[in-house]
Amino acid sequence: MSALEICIEGVGFWAPGYPDWNAALAGLRESAAADPATPAKPSPALLPPAERRRAPQPVLLACEVAAQACAASGHAPDSLASVFASTHGDLIITDYMCSTLVSAPRELSPIRFHNSVHNAPAGYWTIAAHCHLASTSVSSWHASFATALFEAAVEACAEDTPVLLVAYDTESTGPLLAVSPATSIFGVALVVAPAGTRQPTLRLVLRGEASDAALPDGLPADLAALAAGNPMAAGALPLLAALAAGGRSRLSLAAGQPGTLDVEVDA
Amino acid sequence: MPEPIRPIAITAYTAVSALGTGLAEHLASLRERRSGLRENDFTDAPLACAIGRVNGLEAQPLPEPYGAYECRNNRLAWAGINADGFLDRAREAIERYGADRVALLVATSTSSIGATEEAYARLDEAEMPADLRRSEVHTPHSLGLFLERVLGTRGPCLTTATACSSSAKIFAKAERLIRLGLVDAAVLAGVDSLCGSVLFGFNSLELVAPQACRPFDARRCGISIGEAAGFALVERDGPARAPRLIGWGESSDAHHMSTPHPEGLGARRALEGALARAGIVAADVDYINLHGTATPKNDEVEGAVVASAFPERVRASSTKGWSGHTLGAAGILEAVITLLAIEHGFVPGTLNCEQPDALAAPRLALDNEKREIRIALSNSFGFGGSNCTLAFARGAEA
Repeated sequence: MSALEICIEGVGFWAPGYPDWNAALAGLRESAAADPATPAKPSPALLPPAERRRAPQPVLLACEVAAQACAASGHAPDSLASVFASTHGDLIITDYMCSTLVSAPRELSPIRFHNSVHNAPAGYWTIAAHCHLASTSVSSWHASFATALFEAAVEACAEDTPVLLVAYDTESTGPLLAVSPATSIFGVALVVAPAGTRQPTLRLVLRGEASDAALPDGLPADLAALAAGNPMAAGALPLLAALAAGGRSRLSLAAGQPGTLDVEVDA
Repeated sequence: MPEPIRPIAITAYTAVSALGTGLAEHLASLRERRSGLRENDFTDAPLACAIGRVNGLEAQPLPEPYGAYECRNNRLAWAGINADGFLDRAREAIERYGADRVALLVATSTSSIGATEEAYARLDEAEMPADLRRSEVHTPHSLGLFLERVLGTRGPCLTTATACSSSAKIFAKAERLIRLGLVDAAVLAGVDSLCGSVLFGFNSLELVAPQACRPFDARRCGISIGEAAGFALVERDGPARAPRLIGWGESSDAHHMSTPHPEGLGARRALEGALARAGIVAADVDYINLHGTATPKNDEVEGAVVASAFPERVRASSTKGWSGHTLGAAGILEAVITLLAIEHGFVPGTLNCEQPDALAAPRLALDNEKREIRIALSNSFGFGGSNCTLAFARGAEA
């Protein structure tokens, strides 16, 4: 398959104890531990105060990292098409919906129902950002990060425009823990654009073979624990570690059943 | 405005819905104006409404090798992919191009959440029952995992879940992948099945009609929920007689999670994008398959957009009176209906609409109309303000 060449114009990051990309860089480069003084959940300034209090975790997380990545890229939030990705969607709402359907189906909350759609974070983001451009919401199970990165790169190259990629997963709960495990919350956003003059650049090739993707050696304990407890973190951290390390590197990300996304990084 | 795109060929397509299995049953149901809607007999708890239910899925388990994916949504997908020999056509394309040159783009809004609901109804000491402790059916990507296993594709495979625009948007994704030379063909699948989440969820929003939905009727009072599986095989090139996808437009309302922009700003942008990529103007369009959900707001806003953008000779209709609103499958089911209309030269009317809204009335087909259709559009709008319009053209005469 032919290659897609893109550059990364901005990064957003949020995980417990690592509330932005600079904190993540300190973790990835200098093994900085998670800062216990940071808030337990993000509070994106872009959302109106009432929504900041009551919006579901994936919405808070997605809006926080998306806003960070836009700011870092210099692009206005209303100027970017977007790709939102999650392995599991909002498992806390899934648990609520399925429990309530058993106990009192006619008492289902209308707000929680409309928040249950996979594109709820994209909906809140486009509303808060006043963005009328195309937005998609995708999932590919444990290949969700690499597949969504590929999709964002396809859209950027096909339409010759920067694209906002937002990838996140939040905690699982109740009976879902056994089938859809996730014990921590994590989100990352990348503004990707067709390769030009900006660094870092990525060269992406998708191939239909099993992946030997692995977490990078030497992750600090807190970030290794994050990858173990969050499928999107497991998918994204190899690339983020390569970006943090700088220089040229090659890595493989799981991108299908089977599928591999080969990535050449020049940071 | 975007540049015109090179059209891509639609070389096979089919659907299973409350109208029937395969193209011939859909055509007959449309021609005979036979609605697939019936009184709700799906939910255990009573809910007075009409539903578009596919018959017989309960008695059609998946074949043995696919046991891990067993659930209603994947049964519906299996029924769909086997209709009209679609599976064979898809396998021929995969053989011809190579498995890594064919994308598998699937779309759904609720995936197999029916299986998760069932597990919660049968919890065993707060644990899922053993037969449903299968991660493959509790993920939004369940449909993609199942079909990837069935087809053996090794190109890009992802699930698009943007509520009711999902399976329209996969046509746009396929066009981009083909245009960049990353694949030569794509199998498109949109499947959504009845489940408690959507029936009681839309009920909680007071958007479900007590009887069969009445799109664009002045007395309309909400949707009827249906289920469907739609499939399409798209290729870079194809026989001249094959219909083409000639344009697409995507946009966001940026207005509200569950009600459309009052001036239809997003719908208008999606429409303009589709016309620009197709290199056509509104007057070139012969038929529009409307989103037409039969909620008071959707039809009011969509009717106004169509009235302001198109001359009165353009015919428009909503076919949800036949199928119900099939949510994440609506985009591809209605693409299939639009392709049938193009191929057979008729405009399906708007079933159950007797007193049409004044604004929509001049362009709205109530009865079926015999008419040559060279170019047609299909609208799909979803929660979160996600909009997509597709443009199709008839293939060359044989």
